[in-house]
Amino acid sequence: MKELLGLLEKNSRYDVEQLAVMLGKSTEEIKAAIKKLEDEKVIIGYKTLIDWEKTDRDAVTALIEVKVTPQRGEGFEKIAERISRFPEVKSCFLMSGGFDLTVIIEEKTLKEVALFVAEKLAVLDSVISTSTHFVLKKYKDYGTIFAQEEKDDREVVVL
Amino acid sequence: MKMADMVSQSVKNLPSSGIRKFFDLANEIKDVISLSIGEPSFVTPWKIREEGIYSLEKGHTHYSPNSGLFQLRQEICNYMGKRFNLQYDPKMEVIVTVGGSEGIDLALRALVESGDEVIIPEPSFVAYKPLTILSRGTPVIVNLKAEDQFRLTPDLLEKAITKKTKVLILPFPNNPTGAIMTYEDVGKIVEVIKDKDIAVISDEIYAELTYEGKHVSIASFPGMKERTVVINGFSKTYAMTGWRLGYACGHPDLIGVMYKIHQYGIMCAPTTAQYAAIEALRNCDEEIRMMTEEYNRRRRLMLDGFRNAGLECFEPLGAFYVFPCIKSTGMTSNEFCEKLLIEEKVAVVPGNAFGECGEGFVRACYAASVENISEAMKRVKNFVERHKEKNACAS
Repeated sequence: MKELLGLLEKNSRYDVEQLAVMLGKSTEEIKAAIKKLEDEKVIIGYKTLIDWEKTDRDAVTALIEVKVTPQRGEGFEKIAERISRFPEVKSCFLMSGGFDLTVIIEEKTLKEVALFVAEKLAVLDSVISTSTHFVLKKYKDYGTIFAQEEKDDREVVVL
Repeated sequence: MKMADMVSQSVKNLPSSGIRKFFDLANEIKDVISLSIGEPSFVTPWKIREEGIYSLEKGHTHYSPNSGLFQLRQEICNYMGKRFNLQYDPKMEVIVTVGGSEGIDLALRALVESGDEVIIPEPSFVAYKPLTILSRGTPVIVNLKAEDQFRLTPDLLEKAITKKTKVLILPFPNNPTGAIMTYEDVGKIVEVIKDKDIAVISDEIYAELTYEGKHVSIASFPGMKERTVVINGFSKTYAMTGWRLGYACGHPDLIGVMYKIHQYGIMCAPTTAQYAAIEALRNCDEEIRMMTEEYNRRRRLMLDGFRNAGLECFEPLGAFYVFPCIKSTGMTSNEFCEKLLIEEKVAVVPGNAFGECGEGFVRACYAASVENISEAMKRVKNFVERHKEKNACAS
């Protein structure tokens, strides 16, 4: 199961037949295992990693440090959930250390990020403060190095 | 003066690889999916590279001791103990070499005298025979068989032994067949040689790449450590082929003689590589495990691919090669490889490059990406089916 997840995490486009052969299982077993993992929400989704910089789409990614007041009986859950519901928010993590939540958002322009922070995030009741950092360039994301060219520089024949 | 007459005639007459034509062809054709590469597809793990860079930053750019950095020899001994249950003394029983290849060369030169016979099981790595000849020894080839899964059997070995036999080369896990020797298999070989004066050069460069089981070194059998020199290295295990670093472990009397040749011929292995290798041995068990798991999956994928294409193929349990039989296509190994290269742009190596008994087989290496293996196997299937039809039409 762990090995299957590891493979899918790296490449969700392996087909069932390939996975079955590579893991030494039958296709039925693999199908059933994936179904089970999906049903149990261990596999939550399948996405594509895109280097948007290579396209003409404008996007600004910002990492926002958020300090909040935990709520009685709820702790950080309710406010974190509330923030997570904004579609602009790509990730939301509870942190240890000098602030409470890391919120990663993606917008088309700096202005939109500013508006989101000023009008949506900072105004929430339990939010005490925010500190916004803009991503200038992505070198590596989700374990993949963006700039690296995959080139096989081995000799064609080596005995 | 004619330089052609000046050069050593014995070296000049050394048999060169019979697949030169294939080599040239493979280099000419563009966009080939190459399954003909005998080295890892991974780049050396970053930790190891980083340690190499760090050693340069610190200015460790000098010769190392002839037999290698003491720290490295210590780590090698720890590793041999931990992995193969072999205890060696880092002072007297280990020498760090320029790749496993140098270790093989040193061992042969240190052991063999004119007329001594060296038993070489084939198909196997291309260097054993020429290095034996260069040591003025006589190669005695043992032709391994597909029905034995290319293992060395006591019968075959016994037939090859004469009064002149000095050395047995034991190349397992094997390049090109992917064959391994289990504990039982090695035990039978030990029985044959234990009462004879035969030294063993055990080339265990692919030891970590053993699937579904653990590699067994012949040196770990009672009485065998003293007469065996184990050759190993960093190339395959840690994806460090270009660093050129290997080592040999054995009896101090043998290592001492090997040391002499190494001292005069080489001085020492590259220092940067040695510092990097210390990190490899200390902190990279996890990286080895991940690479081995990855190879294992690709191994299954490729084996399935060849069988699916209708080619007979025994399950290789070591190294990173699959060695399918192509006799059913009616082609020779050379024909198969050349046609596959031209028609489908897939490169595999003719089995006869590794000894005459490799004829009828090809070596395909699964140190390639899953995508490339999958695509190559589709092309092999098309190729085999197309030629089957052609053969059927012709007859």
